[in-house]
Amino acid sequence: MDKKESKQNANQKMDQPQNNNLNRRTVLKALAGVPVLGVFGYELMKNRSYANRKEGQVIKELGLEYLNIPKENSTHSVINGNKLRVGMIGFGSRAGALARGLGFMHLSDAKSRKAGGNLEDWLAQEDLNVDLVGICDVFDFHAERGMDIAKEGLRVNGKTGAEYDIKRYRSYQEMLADDSIDAVIVATPDHHHARITTDAVKAGKHVYCEKSIALTEEELNEVYNAVKNSDRVFQLGHQITENVIFGQAREMIKKDILGKISLIETTTNRNSASGAWIRHLDADGNPKPGSLETIDWEQWLGNRPKVPFSIDRYYNWTKWFDYDTGMLGQLFSHEYDAINQLLRIGIPKSAVASGGIYYWKDNREMPDLIQAVFEYPDKELTLMYSGCLASARQRGRVIMGHDASMELGGSISVTADYDSTKYKRQIQDGTFDTRGPILTVTPGSGAIDAVTSATEKYYSSRGLTSTVVNGRNVDVTYLHIKNWIDCIRSGETPTCDIEKAYEEGVTILMAHKSYVEKRRVEWDPVQRKIV
Amino acid sequence: MKSNKPFTNLQLTTLVVLRIFIGWHLLFEGFSKLLNPGWSSARFLRESQWIMSGFSNWVTSNAGVLNVVDFLNTWGLIAIGAGLILGLFARTASVFGAILLFLYFLNNPPLTGLEYSLPSEGNYLIINKTLIEAVTLFALAIFPTSQIVGFDLFLNRIIKRKKQEERK
Repeated sequence: MDKKESKQNANQKMDQPQNNNLNRRTVLKALAGVPVLGVFGYELMKNRSYANRKEGQVIKELGLEYLNIPKENSTHSVINGNKLRVGMIGFGSRAGALARGLGFMHLSDAKSRKAGGNLEDWLAQEDLNVDLVGICDVFDFHAERGMDIAKEGLRVNGKTGAEYDIKRYRSYQEMLADDSIDAVIVATPDHHHARITTDAVKAGKHVYCEKSIALTEEELNEVYNAVKNSDRVFQLGHQITENVIFGQAREMIKKDILGKISLIETTTNRNSASGAWIRHLDADGNPKPGSLETIDWEQWLGNRPKVPFSIDRYYNWTKWFDYDTGMLGQLFSHEYDAINQLLRIGIPKSAVASGGIYYWKDNREMPDLIQAVFEYPDKELTLMYSGCLASARQRGRVIMGHDASMELGGSISVTADYDSTKYKRQIQDGTFDTRGPILTVTPGSGAIDAVTSATEKYYSSRGLTSTVVNGRNVDVTYLHIKNWIDCIRSGETPTCDIEKAYEEGVTILMAHKSYVEKRRVEWDPVQRKIV
Repeated sequence: MKSNKPFTNLQLTTLVVLRIFIGWHLLFEGFSKLLNPGWSSARFLRESQWIMSGFSNWVTSNAGVLNVVDFLNTWGLIAIGAGLILGLFARTASVFGAILLFLYFLNNPPLTGLEYSLPSEGNYLIINKTLIEAVTLFALAIFPTSQIVGFDLFLNRIIKRKKQEERK
């Protein structure tokens, strides 16, 4: 007899006197767990109502009960309209992402995405109803990759291969002269942006241009006037504020939960060669392709001083003042746009910047550490930017008010200030705990979570939050391009239009000028000049 | 000691209390997930290291699969927890509970050299509370009590009665 049987027999023997009748004792034994479940249910209710009350209290005290925060990006579908014929000028590393946003993917990318299981997210992107009809790049290798994507790539509608003609243009002027192109995406090195955008708008094309917009005040004024004097739609490429989190942050700031805002800190934290714009070597340390035979160097230089061909300059152009403004144009521009989209701070009264080349001591002119301070006396606030290419310690982006501060990254977290006037009572009675965030918003949840559990506190402090929107990874570049395309069809103003681009351009140039000339600069709003 | 009973009263009481306590814990874990609309196993799975990390990455990169895993995990915990407390299909609940907890353990084992961004609430070397709970559930499956104290007592009677009727 095995153990199981013997036990069953024992049970039988135990119950034998009752002759299988369900007497009181047996029923009690059988139902012993039921009262435990009852107690569990009662304790669960108590637990939930405590958590709800505490959460409700935080939200109520902040005045956010009736806040209607957008849950998802792009609430409307793509606006119907004629098919747009788009050309892309500059097909380097950024262009692949832009083409994907437009709805075209290289087959090799599609293959690796399929293997990685994230092709579905991209295929779920709505078809923008555009044809990618032209590619222009001064480097054959890049242009060919662009042609591959346009001709044989996977389209967001699941089809491969284009049923229309695609042309490679040898110069951007040639593309702009072609009437069969309605709109262009500019993703060249920065020293071409203003000139190409100006010419494109004058040639009647709509323009999506990567940041930064201009490297000199003359160029900036020229592009501003050209766009203002035309009916073409211009969008500057700042995709990150398309993240739904920014709309949510804006709604919360409007409710004045932070109190008087007097300091905003923004940062860049990088610590790699590629992050410091050393990009002429591949992953194995071998030089990337490119020579005078395959690159039209004269055209690449454009109106910049003539220098002999250099693969270093070709790939690592951000290191030189002739082609860029470094961290200010490449990275602070995103920070500025994020803050300007939220608070519409505009052009500062003054700027002072300092920094140096302290770590990446190669042939660069561009500082690898730069701190810039912008004063807004009429708004009574200071905007600070601290860029570092020699330490990746994450310092975040923080908006500081008298009553609370908001850290804004992939999620929002709000921390009450220990010395807040407005929340004095809540802090005293324990409703607000100032040791950690009192409130977080994670994208896609569509809800504000008052931070009550220790785990939530930990996760929110580390920013380990999901960026999944509605179960899918939504590409913000796609949303930004979609916004541009929608505005072309509807005549509305895009998210980062020429006015915001101009404000940003001036702000960046103020800091750049201050760094280069080693002095404090001011904005003259009458002359519209940096002095 | 020879007895007709499988357990002494003290043994039985201890095992039943253990069964109910673990059931309580798993039931609350399940309800916590169910009642938190923002909950997803994605956070936990993204932290996965060691032999389960490949599988966990596959789960998190696939929204459909992730939803299924979330659903099974939440309702699995609730069913196992309720089963243990009530003593209903308690042996099956113990075995599945042990497997589930062992899977949690395999995703985040406290092995020397593996580091997690979420600190654990205690200090562990290879063995942690999750593993102990898994082994305890396995032990409860080997020393079943639900046919003495629990709904399974009823079930047992019904099955037995049916068998007797068939024989007649």
